[in-house]
Amino acid sequence: MSTAAGPEIPDFPVARAPGCPFDPPPVWQALRNNAPVSKVRLWDGSTPWLVTRYADQRALLADPRVSVDSGRPGYPHLSPHGGGSNLGFLRMDDPEHSRLRRLVTAPFAVKRIEAMRPMVQKIVDDLVDGLLTGPKPVDLVEAFALPVPTLVISELLGVPYSDHQFFQENSTAVIRRTATMEERTAAGRNLGEYLGELVGRKLAEPRDDVLSELAARIKAGDLTHREATQIGVLLLIAGHETTANMIALGTVALMEHPNQLELLRRTDDPHVVATAVEELLRYLHITHNGMQRVAVDDIDIAGLTVHAGEGLLMLNEVGNRDPEAFPEAPDTLDITRDARHHIAFGFGVHQCLGQSLARMELQVVYSTLHRRIPTLRRAVGLDRIPFKHDAFIYGVHELPVTW
Amino acid sequence: MKVTIEQDRCIGTGQCVLAASSVFDQRDEDGIVVLLDDNPPADQADGVRRAAMVCPALAIRLAE
Repeated sequence: MSTAAGPEIPDFPVARAPGCPFDPPPVWQALRNNAPVSKVRLWDGSTPWLVTRYADQRALLADPRVSVDSGRPGYPHLSPHGGGSNLGFLRMDDPEHSRLRRLVTAPFAVKRIEAMRPMVQKIVDDLVDGLLTGPKPVDLVEAFALPVPTLVISELLGVPYSDHQFFQENSTAVIRRTATMEERTAAGRNLGEYLGELVGRKLAEPRDDVLSELAARIKAGDLTHREATQIGVLLLIAGHETTANMIALGTVALMEHPNQLELLRRTDDPHVVATAVEELLRYLHITHNGMQRVAVDDIDIAGLTVHAGEGLLMLNEVGNRDPEAFPEAPDTLDITRDARHHIAFGFGVHQCLGQSLARMELQVVYSTLHRRIPTLRRAVGLDRIPFKHDAFIYGVHELPVTW
Repeated sequence: MKVTIEQDRCIGTGQCVLAASSVFDQRDEDGIVVLLDDNPPADQADGVRRAAMVCPALAIRLAE
């Protein structure tokens, strides 16, 4: 494998343009027009292909000749930490991926998620009550964006109320910016041990929750206790930081687009809210490093051949700005746009398992927060908001707000 | 419009249900697609086309 990189190959990732925290780096938008499949250079000198067009991303993400197995040579690693060791079936190919994923799809079915809406509404309302009776300004990330998904996942998994505080403290410690590596590791270990023990309790005393369903799979011989625990941890990891960042980033973006925010605040039509959420998912991108894959066979795409063993980076934030897919001003936030075909949740068999839950949470959050606190606004200038340019998941570290 | 589905390909994201709930449903046990109507009326055609387009597993086929 050649890792020789000519000077013309751009480094990946690069920073967004100054003052444009919601837009992909201009260099990748330009590549989409000029060289939609082209080489970039990573930190380790490797040169995977960067895929920037919507249609090509969809085609490759749905192609069985493309693997998510991060152990394969040529897989594009975005940092020296490796990562992915705790991501379970997210880093497995079919048929093993499909076998494990199908064991946990039922709780995320559209109707079951819809049945959780009143519970999520109560969580959001209680947190808004807390904001309104607490001090201001307040950091919306710590006081609202992080607890919403943790409390929802607690309910989904079946974490007893008496353990909510432990669960929340450790879930937050895993991703807190100021946490040391030791604190993160300890919190992650606490959660793993806790969920393992909780699966044991569900084996003895099943309830109506996801861990009890996983426990039933253990009894049926489909899963080991360890696999069931890993899936529980995976659901927590996958659903927490992503949703929290989307809540905070979406709130910042809506505040910067007051006309759009006004449309959302004034409606009580769930269809309008749902359409707005799809557009926010299209326009914003918490997965700003795209999706990593490796070709396992030669693939002809965009007039060239990607060879077996070559890495692929699917930059879906740029695909979601592709005028071929979104012809009307794709770089504009327009919450009335029909954006349902966006690929913010990915595409292909690895598309986000929890997307229906994420959608519903975001619908409840955006509509409730701005309706109940209509004067909600930033407490500092946009230039003082610390955006997570260097984090694995994009968003804001802090969002001081007042009203 | 004739609709066919491939349950073996389905990954259970339920986007077809969101797009056309009178044509698609999900199995209780694993969220896999169930076809309620393989020959939906014309007023469902847009939703069904949408479902086929957004299906991440390419598990919905249409013959018009």
